[in-house]
Amino acid sequence: MTKRSRTIIQWQGETRSYDIVKEFVVALAVVSILVLALSALFSSPDEPSLTIKSWANDAPSDFVLAAATELDGSSPSASYGPPYVAIPGSGQKVGPINLQAAAGVRTPVDSAKAFVLDPLLAMPYPTPVLTQALKEWKGANSVQRSEWSTSYIEALGAAPEGNPAKVAAGEYGPVPELTNSLLTMAKSGSLDGVVALGSQFYQTDYTHTLLFMGDGTYLEEAAVAQNLGGDQSGMMNETGSYPGQAWLWLYTFWYQIPPFSNEETTIGANADAVVWTIMMFLSLILLLLPFIPGLRSIPRWIPVHRLIWRQWYRDNPRPAK
Amino acid sequence: MTTTNTPSAITGEESTLWTARLRRRFFGGLPPERLLPDSQPAYVASWIYVFGVLTIAALIIIIISGVALTFEGPLWWHESDVGHFVNSVHFWSVQLFFFSMAIHLWGKFWMAAWRGGRSKTWMTGVLAFLASIGTGFTGYLVQTNFDSQWIASEAKDGLNSVGIGAWFNVLDVGQALLLHVAALPLIVGAITIVHVLQVRRRGVVPPMGFEPSEEAGS
Repeated sequence: MTKRSRTIIQWQGETRSYDIVKEFVVALAVVSILVLALSALFSSPDEPSLTIKSWANDAPSDFVLAAATELDGSSPSASYGPPYVAIPGSGQKVGPINLQAAAGVRTPVDSAKAFVLDPLLAMPYPTPVLTQALKEWKGANSVQRSEWSTSYIEALGAAPEGNPAKVAAGEYGPVPELTNSLLTMAKSGSLDGVVALGSQFYQTDYTHTLLFMGDGTYLEEAAVAQNLGGDQSGMMNETGSYPGQAWLWLYTFWYQIPPFSNEETTIGANADAVVWTIMMFLSLILLLLPFIPGLRSIPRWIPVHRLIWRQWYRDNPRPAK
Repeated sequence: MTTTNTPSAITGEESTLWTARLRRRFFGGLPPERLLPDSQPAYVASWIYVFGVLTIAALIIIIISGVALTFEGPLWWHESDVGHFVNSVHFWSVQLFFFSMAIHLWGKFWMAAWRGGRSKTWMTGVLAFLASIGTGFTGYLVQTNFDSQWIASEAKDGLNSVGIGAWFNVLDVGQALLLHVAALPLIVGAITIVHVLQVRRRGVVPPMGFEPSEEAGS
C-alpha cells in the first residue's frame, strides 16, 4: 500500500457540536422501546413442526406412495444426486460448470434402506406377515424389486384418491405389506425417532427426516397453504402475517419470472445454480462498487444527495475556493 | 551488563518492533478525539445519519436477546411465555436491524460514501450486510418449528446446486445452531467493529463538490 492511500484528509471546514455517545444512548433507548412494543403487540410466529406421525395420520395415501417410491428408487431424495446420492450426470449446471457434482457425495443417503427397510427391521415385535415380506424383499433381485414397486406405484395412481385400500389386485410382491406396515408404525409415532436417530443416542441432524417428508406432498402442501411455495416468494415469507426475510427479496424475485420459473427450459431446470451465480455476481459488484466506473458515478447523475444534504447545499451554494 | 531501553514513544524514534508498529498503525489513524469526537462537520445534519447508529443499537439488542435464549436452550421458547417473549424481542430486533441497515446502505450509496479513500468503509459495510444475511438465515433454520422445516427443505436445493450444501447441510439443525450462535455473530461483530473504526478513522464523507482537493475525483 502506498503512503498516499494511508493519508487521511480530515474536514477543515465548518463543524458543529455532535454528541455521538448521547446519540448512541438515545438510539439504543428508542430501539429498545420499539422492539419491546412490537414484541408485546405482535409476538412472533411459531407454527408447530410437522412430524412423520402427523403426515401418516393426515395424509396416509401420500405417505404410502412416498414409501413405495423409496423402494422404487424414484423418490426425489433417491434420485437427488449429490450430496446425497451418486448419480452420474446429475447436479445443476451453469454452462459447463457443475459445482454440485464437483462437491461430491458428502452426506450419503440410501432412501429405501434409511426410510423404509431399516425402520421395519427395527420393529420390536414384527408380525409374521411383515417378517415374510422383508424376507421376500431381501431375497429378490433389483429387477424384481423394481417391477413390484413400480407396479404398485402405478396401481396407487389409478386407485380412487390414491387410497392403498382400493388398489386393484396385481403383482406387487411384498411392497404393499412393507408400505402398510411402515404406515402403521408411522401413525403410532415410532417412525419419527427411528428415521431421525438411526442407532444413535444424541441427534441434531434431521437430514433423513426432512428428506423423507419432502418425498411426499404433505410438507409442500402445508407450506403452499401458508403462501410459502417457491413460486409464492416463499423463501422470503414466513408463517402468519409476519415480515419474514424481506432482505431476500432479490434472491426470491428471480424464481418468480421466466426463464427461471419454467423448469422446461435449460435455465429453469438449473434455476437454483443460475440464481445463486447471479446473486454472487451482484454481491461482488456491490462490494466492489467504489472501483467500477460508471456504476460508481450513478449517485452523481441522479442527485439524491442534494436531498440528503439539502440544508448544506442551501447554505453553501458553491464550494469555497 | 544491563541496558536501558527508553520507549520509542518517549524518544520519538520509529521503532521497528511489531508492538510499536501496531500502536502507530492503530492510534496514528485513531487518536482519542477522532475515536470519540464531540464535533462533526457541519454537513452532518440529516436523518439519514441516524440509521447507522440505529443498526448498531438493534444489533446490541439482538445479541442480548440471543444470549438470553442460549441459556435456556433452543426449545425453551416453544414451552414458556417468557421464552416466547424473549424470542419475539430477538425476532423484532432482527427486523429493525435489517430495516435500518437497508436504509443506511441506500443512503450511503446515494451519498457515494466511498469517496475520499473510504472504499474500505463501504466494503466492510457490504460485508457486514452479507454476513448478516447468513446469520439471519441460520436463525430461521434453528427456530425448530414449521418455518425451519420448510425453509431448510427449500434452501437445501439452492445450496446444494452450487456445492455449498456438501459442507453446510441446512437439514442439520445442530450445524446451523452452532453457526448461528457462535461463528456468524463473531464474524458480524468483528466486521461491524472494523466498519465503525473505518468511519471514525476516515470521517464522514463530505457533500459532492465540497471534497478537500486531495479527495476530488475519487
